[in-house]
Amino acid sequence: MYKYDNYDQQMVDARVEEFRGQAKRRLEGKLTEDQFKPLRLMNGLYLQLHAYMLRVAIPYGTLNSAQMSALGDIADKYDRGYGHFTTRQNIQYNWIKLEDAADILADLSKVEMHAIQTSGNCIRNISSDHFAGATHDELVDPRPYAELLRQWSSFHPEFTYLPRKFKIAVIAAEKDRAAMRLHDIGIQIVKNDAGEIGARFFVGGGMGRTPMIAPMIRDFVPLDQLVTYAEGCLRVYNRYGRRDNKYKARIKILVHELGAEEYTRQVEEEFAHLLDQGVEPPRPELERLKPFFADPPFEDGPKTVDRSDPDFALWVDRNTHRHKHDSYVSAVISLKPVGGIPGDATGEQIRTMARLAKQYSFDELRVMHTQNIVLPHVKIADLHALWTELDAAELGAPNLDTIEDIIACPGLDYCALANARSIPLAQRISERFDKSGKTAELGELKLKISGCINACGHHHAGHIGILGVDKKGKENYQLSLGGSEAEDVSLAKITGPGFDEDGVIEAVETVTDVYIAQREDGERFLDTYRRIGMSPFKEALYGK
Amino acid sequence: MKILTGNDLKTGAVVWWTGNDWSIYVDDAVDVGDQAEEIMAREEAARRVNVPYSLDAEREDDGKVRPAHIKDRVRALGPTVRPDLTLKPQSPEAIDWVI
Ligand code: SF4
Repeated sequence: MYKYDNYDQQMVDARVEEFRGQAKRRLEGKLTEDQFKPLRLMNGLYLQLHAYMLRVAIPYGTLNSAQMSALGDIADKYDRGYGHFTTRQNIQYNWIKLEDAADILADLSKVEMHAIQTSGNCIRNISSDHFAGATHDELVDPRPYAELLRQWSSFHPEFTYLPRKFKIAVIAAEKDRAAMRLHDIGIQIVKNDAGEIGARFFVGGGMGRTPMIAPMIRDFVPLDQLVTYAEGCLRVYNRYGRRDNKYKARIKILVHELGAEEYTRQVEEEFAHLLDQGVEPPRPELERLKPFFADPPFEDGPKTVDRSDPDFALWVDRNTHRHKHDSYVSAVISLKPVGGIPGDATGEQIRTMARLAKQYSFDELRVMHTQNIVLPHVKIADLHALWTELDAAELGAPNLDTIEDIIACPGLDYCALANARSIPLAQRISERFDKSGKTAELGELKLKISGCINACGHHHAGHIGILGVDKKGKENYQLSLGGSEAEDVSLAKITGPGFDEDGVIEAVETVTDVYIAQREDGERFLDTYRRIGMSPFKEALYGK
Repeated sequence: MKILTGNDLKTGAVVWWTGNDWSIYVDDAVDVGDQAEEIMAREEAARRVNVPYSLDAEREDDGKVRPAHIKDRVRALGPTVRPDLTLKPQSPEAIDWVI
């Protein structure tokens, strides 16, 4: 993975000291909250419901074990013994003291991490496929390109005050595991007919209050023009994106209002102008980055496991993903124990995952946007030993992509913007389906819950989505069906009037019953919904 | 009644105005009547509180203070999904008060 050079390290260290001074001045009363707020936000420090919250950047979700271990130590030393992995492939700490914040940033810097650009109207952490560099189905490892874009977007002087926040995802497989088309810019690394590698650009996707799927604006950008083309996309947005209304300021609104064709025309014009301006990093820079993501020394070994232990066999079936080397798999550590809080892990569990990564996965981990953790390169021969240790640490839930693998944002339990709680719903739904034994029968079913319209819980993209709303001061939940953030991307549709907490849990049960009754061979919930439409579900939920 | 809340500047902890200081317990909150703006300006300037605001609440028969909105009740108690981290870790039933 990428290693800081002296310049990177000095820059991050200088930033820590700068923030230390700013926090000190705030504590001494030399800065007002209005003056300090933009400074703390630029360093990932929010003020949430119960305390300050620190969001730490995990570039394209990739970590080594020293970094992961440091995240566990921070949870114990400065927080209340746990951290929360988010849908942005980041980690958040919920109980931070302002007087500790600079020390935390200093601890992060020691392991080449920071919280810069995890807030504010700038280009945020770049996300990617959590199986990048490991999966059997990718064209190339997308992370060198993600890293190139990360370097370009870090402290970019022109894009520090965009109309709104800006999120980029980079993938290199046909299968989309990064919700690529629901980003401001989604980049897919592809091969053209001539066999050359380049980038396909999708611009103007997003969730939030106006969900949109990004249209493709260019099907092939040569790799030595990748950054220049991205710069063109951002320049047009920075120039014409609305700044008068926060709710209309994301690039998706600009692309929608101009029309994809006109936006593309303007980008192409800007791109043509930029081509000889020296925006593109020299090609050797990309070549310099690639070795950081080189394959570890894989060895041949057994290609199958002993399936005599049914619990282990179930975990292997559900929580491992096919690797490009046939003696390895990528193993997913579920942070969704039955009745647990999606994405939460204790300091001890975080360190355990770090240790297991060192022992079994060439020192590497990934954070998934579904709030789970990946050990990307595990020898099939080591799987049983790994699973045994995970199980002992309460990290062995065999539920990837099932109805128990729920995305839930922090919701009203932690978030100042929330209308309703998300986590208790996730807890109750996973308990209910685990108890009834229906989870296995339902197969792949992605349930996603957001506590407000900002959609951090990706409810628009859930096969089943739940959105918390405020109904005269009471929590209420809207149910939606038919979303997907994968390569078959679609936006979920609302079923009808909302429900209270008990009601929405019943409603989830009801729609899964409709699916079971109506499905045809091999159909997932989403496939059945797409075939039969909303009516049968509505009928079951609300009567005729 | 109108009460005042905010966060402690150093720790970020949720605090409530008691008439002469800030307390982490909502039951210590007092009715500020029409004095909210003045108290908030003074206390914020003195760095005794961060981002204060006023809210509606009622004093119940047992003398306890109940904020009108669920968000403020979550702030007053702590996360409902982590009873161990609330101000009443020994009484998980306190969660019912929030809802
Ligand atoms: S979706 Fe809303 S409630 Fe949930 S974390 Fe985002 S802003 Fe907070």
